[in-house]
Amino acid sequence: MHTKTLIELAQGLRSGEFSSVELTQIFLNRIKQHQHLNAYITVTEEAALQNAKAADVRLANGKAELLTGIPIAQKDIFCTLDVKTTCGSKMLDNFTAPYNATIVEKFNQAGAVMLGKLNMDEFAMGSSNETSYYGVVKNPWNTHTVPGGSSGGSAAAVAARLAVCATGTDTGGSIRQPAALCGITGLKPTYGRVSRYGMIAYASSLDQGGPMTHSAEDAAILLQTMAGFDEKDSTSVDCPVPDYRAGLNNSLAGLKIGLPKEFFGNGLSSNMAATLETAINEYRKLGAEIKEISMPNLKLAIPAYYVIAPAECSANLSRFDGVRYGYRCENPVDLTDLYTRSRGEGFGKEVKRRILMGTYALSAGYYDAYYIKAQKIRRLISEDFKNALAKVDVIMGPVTPTTAFGIGEKIGNPIEMYLSDIYTIAINLAGVPAMSIPAGFVAGMPVGLQIIGNYFAEDSLLNIAYQYQQVTDWHQHTPKGFE
Amino acid sequence: MEWETVIGLEIHTQLATKSKIFSGASTAYGAEPNTQACAVDLGLPGVLPVLNEEAVHKAVIFGMAIEAEIAPYSVFARKNYFYPDLPKGYQISQMELPIVGNGHLDIEVDGIMKRIGITRAHLEEDAGKSLHEDFHGLTGIDLNRAGTPLLEIVSEPDMRSAKEAVAYMKKLHELVRYLDICDGNMQEGSFRCDANVSVRPKGQKKYGTRAEIKNINSFKFVEKAINHEIERQIELIENGGRVIQETRLYDSVKDETRSMRSKEEANDYRYFPDPDLLPVLISEDYKTVVKAQLPELPQAKKHRFKDQYALDEENAAILTYSCQMADYFERVLKESGCEAKLCVNWITGELSAALNKAGLEIMDSPVGSERLAGLLARIRDNTISGKIAKQVFEEMWQSTATADEIIAAKGLKQITDTGAIEAIIDKIIADNPGQVEQYRSGKDKVFAFFVGQVMKEMQGKANPAEVNKMLKVKLNQ
Amino acid sequence: MSLTADDVNKIAHLARLGIDKHDIESYAKDLSGMLDLMTRMGELNTDDVEPMAHPMDQVQRLRPDVVTEQNNRKKFQAIAPQVEAGLYLVPKVIE
Ligand SMILES: [Mg+2]
Ligand SMILES: [Zn+2]
Repeated sequence: MHTKTLIELAQGLRSGEFSSVELTQIFLNRIKQHQHLNAYITVTEEAALQNAKAADVRLANGKAELLTGIPIAQKDIFCTLDVKTTCGSKMLDNFTAPYNATIVEKFNQAGAVMLGKLNMDEFAMGSSNETSYYGVVKNPWNTHTVPGGSSGGSAAAVAARLAVCATGTDTGGSIRQPAALCGITGLKPTYGRVSRYGMIAYASSLDQGGPMTHSAEDAAILLQTMAGFDEKDSTSVDCPVPDYRAGLNNSLAGLKIGLPKEFFGNGLSSNMAATLETAINEYRKLGAEIKEISMPNLKLAIPAYYVIAPAECSANLSRFDGVRYGYRCENPVDLTDLYTRSRGEGFGKEVKRRILMGTYALSAGYYDAYYIKAQKIRRLISEDFKNALAKVDVIMGPVTPTTAFGIGEKIGNPIEMYLSDIYTIAINLAGVPAMSIPAGFVAGMPVGLQIIGNYFAEDSLLNIAYQYQQVTDWHQHTPKGFE
Repeated sequence: MEWETVIGLEIHTQLATKSKIFSGASTAYGAEPNTQACAVDLGLPGVLPVLNEEAVHKAVIFGMAIEAEIAPYSVFARKNYFYPDLPKGYQISQMELPIVGNGHLDIEVDGIMKRIGITRAHLEEDAGKSLHEDFHGLTGIDLNRAGTPLLEIVSEPDMRSAKEAVAYMKKLHELVRYLDICDGNMQEGSFRCDANVSVRPKGQKKYGTRAEIKNINSFKFVEKAINHEIERQIELIENGGRVIQETRLYDSVKDETRSMRSKEEANDYRYFPDPDLLPVLISEDYKTVVKAQLPELPQAKKHRFKDQYALDEENAAILTYSCQMADYFERVLKESGCEAKLCVNWITGELSAALNKAGLEIMDSPVGSERLAGLLARIRDNTISGKIAKQVFEEMWQSTATADEIIAAKGLKQITDTGAIEAIIDKIIADNPGQVEQYRSGKDKVFAFFVGQVMKEMQGKANPAEVNKMLKVKLNQ
Repeated sequence: MSLTADDVNKIAHLARLGIDKHDIESYAKDLSGMLDLMTRMGELNTDDVEPMAHPMDQVQRLRPDVVTEQNNRKKFQAIAPQVEAGLYLVPKVIE
């Protein structure tokens, strides 16, 4: 039952084939059975069963929505009332938010059943899930490799069928990269499409929550619930949410796909390139037109990102000071000691590295050379996307340069780790939406295809992904031992 | 050596909004600690700021009133520093693009007008409060005030004496209350002043090194603190020392300024645009609407009062000191039908004295404009004399009765019946032949004696003009 | 561009971030590496480019001036490390 799609499960719940309580229990059992993956930080067994019971009543009353009774899981970056929210950090190991994030509220309204909170890189800073205070998450396709990050727990949980679907957040690739490495479908919406209220901030002008699922159709269902204007978030965009499933069957005949030559250069392994070539060929068969394009400023996305994101995070994480909530050091001798030790002991190495970097980039004498320069480059990159998307409907490319790398392989070399985000980071700088969909395997490990669209073109991305998933079955593969 | 003082003021005015600048928590003063600090004010994880439209509105009103440029596009920035009363570790403020640009305010010192430049005014959030009473050697933090909207008004270094600084501060205080954008309550911290003070040899162009004095929250202390600081700096330089740029705290108990070392270290605020907030746009249309709603400003009102009511400078200044005072005056004038002079005399005289004595502001006056107008109307129509009116006023101050009710109850109505007055006069003349003799032999001064006797006999209720007239006739017979 | 241990200490103090003595050198090395990466931004002439703080040219929406929050002190202070008489407690603040 756990390998069924969301739609199939929703139908089963309606036809009375099984109850939400039964379904929830199956997933709770699987979570226990596969604890070694370390995908969950918190499992909310009791509440899940209670909510499943309530969902069954709602289903019986005929008042159910598509997500009613469906077991899902939340990345532990979204604040949940009365359930611990750690953000993968020792700093928040004792933190229970007195409110729900807007999207958590929306899932609750829809009657979805939350199984628990998913592991992640500390404060969403990482590309391998190795920076989590709660330990690394293992990739279900090969438990010696990383699941990607920062939404590594989400990707692993969905891939291993420890939840029907999950939420993730994406600041520089944190939905798409783990989705690619774990062989699932992940969508980073347009900046401002999904409320950031109650989502613990890493880099506010880049962060965006989105769905992590098996299929494009599932992603459409999740996004339908997540998307929409929120008056509590100033950067939330007040623009109508389309019916994401309505256009899934649109024909792709005449679709113009752009392939930036910068995406297919040296950095990409030949196996990866060949796999992507095959995927793009499928689109040719579906009637799409393929064009080579150039986006010359993409090469500066990594340096610009590693100024802007740390700068924003250096301020965003100042609130963790041991005064009002969170970790507080033992016996502080004075105020400075309270701050430096609480923060020094509460944050891990990668978080500290980025806070230091951001503090430096904003400090007197360096602001113009780093921060302002990076913002200017951000504009040039965003113009590259505008220009490209004036010529083609969507852009396609790799999500990652390689398949999942080994646990411990890059953690000692942060710069190398940063460079692995090369294909995903520019999208966040521009704020456009992008997806990763399963597109094949290299040596038994999943490969993701990235589809990048124009602002608020999530519906067309989902249509393009869905059409591919009608003619391929990469998204239906299940890792060995999790069938 | 002759020294010249250079002073610039930064004034933080709390904008009188109901809710905070970035959250829906109440701004009411005096609540139990931390009961008005919501998740946004506390800087809990994941919560976000949304800007209060009324804070923007009030900032624009102020900008208009000082004839400043209103920025069509302004940006909120984060000012980063760690302090326990600052929950997020940064203050949301404005740096490069403030909402109000260059403007000015005219002050008057010793009869000389002077224009003080206002560099900018920007919106920001207030911090909480640290309470230093002893909690086992710890400090308590109350974040009720955190997030209260502030308009920080920064002047040019245009003032040359503590007196000018006080005049500017008072003028600004009057203005923000006129505009109804700030309650001006200095005890509650609604209007707070930091002063940048430096000295330089007279004639030198270059500014001296300045010290910033924080926390001077009364007009009296501003003058004292600045004068102290000037003395300190001059003495320091004359003894071969150098002024260092630093923040100093004014201690009103010891009447001195002292260095604030805690604020000094690491003054690198790392301002950058707040990514949680977007640029604020002010359209021309919006400005037109605000301009149309702008109340008459103090300067204009004073001029109008002088012209329209033929007031002298002093009275015009007193009556336009606050909007409430000016409104009170105009209401009394209209409702009593008296001439301006009588109203002015009563408001600046009897009423002001009573208010002062009771420590009350005009808006809290126990005698409202309607009741005072009722009293003055009775003077105008000769029902009572000015002297009796003072007695009635005292009664009114203690009660809620109208002038007419008091006059009736106490029988204070003037006697205008000439027969009754004549009878009394005849009696007084008969009883005092000696004085009559004196008067008739040319001693005019004795006339006052007769007036006094008649009034005394009639318990002050006779119309004085009538008594005078009739006495003259009888005595000269 | 390379940062010294002293630089790292200064930045760490600005950020009130306690860093183990033994880790200072490794932070200096990592940060220097990041700065090297960033010097590549200099390749591009950006003199006429406007800095971009937000992905879209949106403008700030304004909230009506209405009190919507109630007193939640009990709930908020239940997760606080140290409170007394409704106040958050910290080591003595010296002004
Ligand atoms: Mg200031
Ligand atoms: Zn200020």
